[in-house]
Amino acid sequence: MEPIDIELDEAELELPEEPMLLNVGPSHPAMHGTVRCVMELSGELIHQVDVQVGYLHRGFEKMCERGTWAQVFPYVDRCNYVSPMLNNVGFALACEKMLGIEVPERCQWYRMALGELARLSDHLTCDGAMAMELGAFTPFLWMIKGREMVWDIMEEETGARLTHSFGRVGGMAAPPTKNFKQQSLAVVEHILGIVSEVEKLLYGNRIFLDRLEDVGIVSAADAISLGWTGPCLRASGVAYDVRKASPYLKYDEVEFDVPVGEKGDCLDRFIIRLEEMKQSARIIRQAIARMADSGPINVVDPRIILPPKDEVYNTIEGTIQHFKIIMEGLKIPAGEVYSYTEAGNGELGFYLVSDGSGTPYRVRIRPPCYYITGGLERVITGQMMADVVPCFGSLNMIGGECDR
Amino acid sequence: MAQALIDLLKSQFPTAVLETHSQHGDETVVLDVRQWKAVAEFLYSSPKAAMNMLTDLTVVDYPDREPRFEVVAHLLSLSLGHRLRIKARVGDEAGEGANIDTLTEIWASANWAEREAFDMFGVNFVGHPDLRRILMYPEFQGHALRKDYPADKIQPLVPYREIPGIEKVAPFGRDEGMSFGRQTHSRWADDSEDSQAN
Repeated sequence: MEPIDIELDEAELELPEEPMLLNVGPSHPAMHGTVRCVMELSGELIHQVDVQVGYLHRGFEKMCERGTWAQVFPYVDRCNYVSPMLNNVGFALACEKMLGIEVPERCQWYRMALGELARLSDHLTCDGAMAMELGAFTPFLWMIKGREMVWDIMEEETGARLTHSFGRVGGMAAPPTKNFKQQSLAVVEHILGIVSEVEKLLYGNRIFLDRLEDVGIVSAADAISLGWTGPCLRASGVAYDVRKASPYLKYDEVEFDVPVGEKGDCLDRFIIRLEEMKQSARIIRQAIARMADSGPINVVDPRIILPPKDEVYNTIEGTIQHFKIIMEGLKIPAGEVYSYTEAGNGELGFYLVSDGSGTPYRVRIRPPCYYITGGLERVITGQMMADVVPCFGSLNMIGGECDR
Repeated sequence: MAQALIDLLKSQFPTAVLETHSQHGDETVVLDVRQWKAVAEFLYSSPKAAMNMLTDLTVVDYPDREPRFEVVAHLLSLSLGHRLRIKARVGDEAGEGANIDTLTEIWASANWAEREAFDMFGVNFVGHPDLRRILMYPEFQGHALRKDYPADKIQPLVPYREIPGIEKVAPFGRDEGMSFGRQTHSRWADDSEDSQAN
């Protein structure tokens, strides 16, 4: 049988000369999170790209201006839904900075341990999803299994797997449970095992490395100018970590290293997250070793912290105190503050303006993702279409945080 | 350390610095809006300031004040490790005339931050290369984070967008996909009218 294209003269073929517009997203399997990229392609090369966010905008900053300070916690939870505990702690610290109070030592260690567990779950999700998008499904399943274990601890501690709303101004909602230390140490051990297995599986994998190496390079100067923080900035070789640069809680008393990348390509961003998980494990172990088994978890200040329930039900003072904090909200003195912590994706800042009433005047959340996604255009312009997936995956855009 | 920075700014730009404070350890400088960009450029390039990162830029709305909006930028120097908050006040009571120079030429992160500030507050950043709405859609009316925007306001429905060069085809034919009871015309009896319509 003769081939049917025997008459085809390739010289006569007309190839399209105009660049092609391609629309990826907002809901696309490769775009985890809702983001839309309108790309102008020439062949497989991306000439121009317009990154459009906002599909998950829920007006959190507006809603924060309607309730009390304590009612902001559920909103910050829903900003970053892979590491909500870090957001909880970040907002609590911002309020405490304005009030000029410091939580008891036990609570600080507790917050650190929970926060680093949340960072583990964040990095597990990001690296797992990144590997999966490149076809390596096994590490994804292993890592999601590890994340489940972290969430089991969170469920045990807070009662919720994902949106804990566990932070409070001046403390935490509840003291650590009896099994917290033992369970966390076991889970950390297990997750370190997962990390080393993933390393063994992927670092020798030619396909995986070829897809990531020298793809999506961002120079240190570019990353700084774009306002990148967190793992993405450190992958470009800038050793800036809020936990080291301006320590909060007890981060100045624990030992940990800040892993730094060399080239700032997608592989560096992948490795940085794996390395950071090892450092988080170190911090968790130290925090748990130094956390007291008993002692107060909340500050003693009736204007800030709700009284215990038996006082509320049995004494008039307790009832009034409870009523005032619930109905009017705790009062934060007028002023403004910018408080920043290291969240899963980088510097999570809260710029709070208070007018002295029980309602926030302005809550500005500085989402690390927003600025990182702002750099996506620069990362993928000039790349091949197929490289969009690892580039986008390595930035770990969290839609809820980016769009708020 | 940052107090020295405020003194440096005061000596360099005696007319630009209107107010300063250091509440909660955050050094703050309120600037004359006309010198906003000049001061920012100085902070970026001067080796004593070396503010190489614009961590955040946002706006706070004070409807009772006479420049109504306060544009707030947070700067960070990674090499020297200090931070500074700079502010400028713009806009009249109705929110009009809120013009301020863009910082995109100095820090790339200002691009999206200013787009968000424009989207949410209607502050116009003069010289911004791409001042479009970012979190909201183009047809959104008003600016959501202004204090006089009611939180429960309902926006009108958006009609089909007219895009030149793209011939719009209605996504479905008449009654396509509807259950038989909901079809406005009979498929068999009135075929002639239907074929004319198509």
